[in-house]
Amino acid sequence: MAEVKKKQEGRSLFRSTKIEITDGALIPEVGERSIFSAWNISFFGALTLIVILPLTSPDPFWKILRFLPDGIARTFQVTVISIVFALIIGLFVGLGRISRITIINRAATIYVEVIRGLPLLVQLFYIYYGMGFLSLPPLFSAVTAMAVCYGAYMGEIFRAGILSIPKGQMEAALALGMNRRQALRKVILPQTMRVILPPVGNEFIALLKDSSLVSIIAVSDLLRRGREFASITFQYFETYTMVALSYLVLTLFFSRLVGIMEARLERKSE
Amino acid sequence: MSERVSRIKITNACKNFGRVRALRNVSLEVKKGEVVLVIGPSGSGKSTLLRCINRLENLTSGEIWVDDELVTDHRADIRRIREEVGMVFQNFNLFPHLTAKENIMLSPMTVKKISRAEAEKNARALLERVGLADKENTYPDHLSGGQQQRVAIARALAMNPKVMLFDEPTSALDPEMIKEVLDVMLSLAREGMTMLVVSHEMGFAKAAADKVVFMDEGEIIEQGEPQQIFEHPREERTRKFLEHIL
Repeated sequence: MAEVKKKQEGRSLFRSTKIEITDGALIPEVGERSIFSAWNISFFGALTLIVILPLTSPDPFWKILRFLPDGIARTFQVTVISIVFALIIGLFVGLGRISRITIINRAATIYVEVIRGLPLLVQLFYIYYGMGFLSLPPLFSAVTAMAVCYGAYMGEIFRAGILSIPKGQMEAALALGMNRRQALRKVILPQTMRVILPPVGNEFIALLKDSSLVSIIAVSDLLRRGREFASITFQYFETYTMVALSYLVLTLFFSRLVGIMEARLERKSE
Repeated sequence: MSERVSRIKITNACKNFGRVRALRNVSLEVKKGEVVLVIGPSGSGKSTLLRCINRLENLTSGEIWVDDELVTDHRADIRRIREEVGMVFQNFNLFPHLTAKENIMLSPMTVKKISRAEAEKNARALLERVGLADKENTYPDHLSGGQQQRVAIARALAMNPKVMLFDEPTSALDPEMIKEVLDVMLSLAREGMTMLVVSHEMGFAKAAADKVVFMDEGEIIEQGEPQQIFEHPREERTRKFLEHIL
């Protein structure tokens, strides 16, 4: 509590612009502080099960648990690399979407429309199987598909973030003799970053979940490892229970992290 | 009065926003070292006129010269002209992610490529000049409106402009903060800065203005010395407007 009240000096104060993107990620509401909050029950429930099941019946749960970490690492790898490239693509798409040059604007908009109109799984198949003549390695195909897909969504976040900065900021920068590019880099984008942090966090969680799709193209992520285990032991129920619990712990952990980040930004901009 | 060079020269400026005629045949000259005050009811085109001078808006027709550069020529290097024309906005428009000092340093470093050390030295001197030496590391949202506007003036001055445009610099301020901003503007006027000011501050007008221009419905109705305009307006519209604000 003391921390909440502590006055933030210095590097503070951004308008409390909020971009709402709801695609199913569970960001805990501020104020949901009770011990029996939905988040606490889900997170610690899942965590407890992950610990207790292997202890009470080591076969098969302990075996499964030992089999999964490689997959978790791979899931992480795919998620982090994809989000980095998605951010880069998103920045350019976002800038393109607000560009006053018709060709660039149209190209960026078409990109967003096309990508958002295609299921991620289809894009994944298209790059890995459809463009099989390129024989791209599975991991490369996976990251490309995820980055290209999420780049379109990131582009919309960047666009909304940039547009949320008051017009006077650009005008002040121009009036001081900066060109548009300098104004964007030094004045608009630094402010945009703060605004888009929460929605980008949401996308990260969504991407983490969607990364399970890459198991289909021979990337041995968390889900794939589960499948491999189950196909040998035929213990489908036990295996997929552990897989589901692992995903749950991961996504809940990150959603809490995003929630904390968001709350901190909010407090700073009060 | 001796022949002085004109800093801003506007001839037959017209600006339409769709069917709204924001400026109609406005002609105006501001000479070197002159302080010109533009008054008029809201929506009379005062701000539009100012924003056309550094081309935040483009004229529909007519010409604007700053020194010997034709601003309204689409081939003009508007970015370079803007370096010479400082602008102060009604809502300050300070950059919220930068401290007072960094706000002032940004443009000289980015545009004029001067070193950080030199920019910092200049910024400190400017903050001193507007009476905010102790606020260099403060972020805008921790400053009062009057302090923010003074930082904004310092920020504009950092580019060494030849002309300063003030777009209702005190309209967003609480009454007790107006004076501190006007004092800075007054001292600037006394130092010989060429200024075009949209404002209804009569005190400032009487103390510093060489000329007062009254605008209504996009037209200049009359212009003259402050005393003449305020005490013996020739036009009926001017008289009516002054009754409202005095």
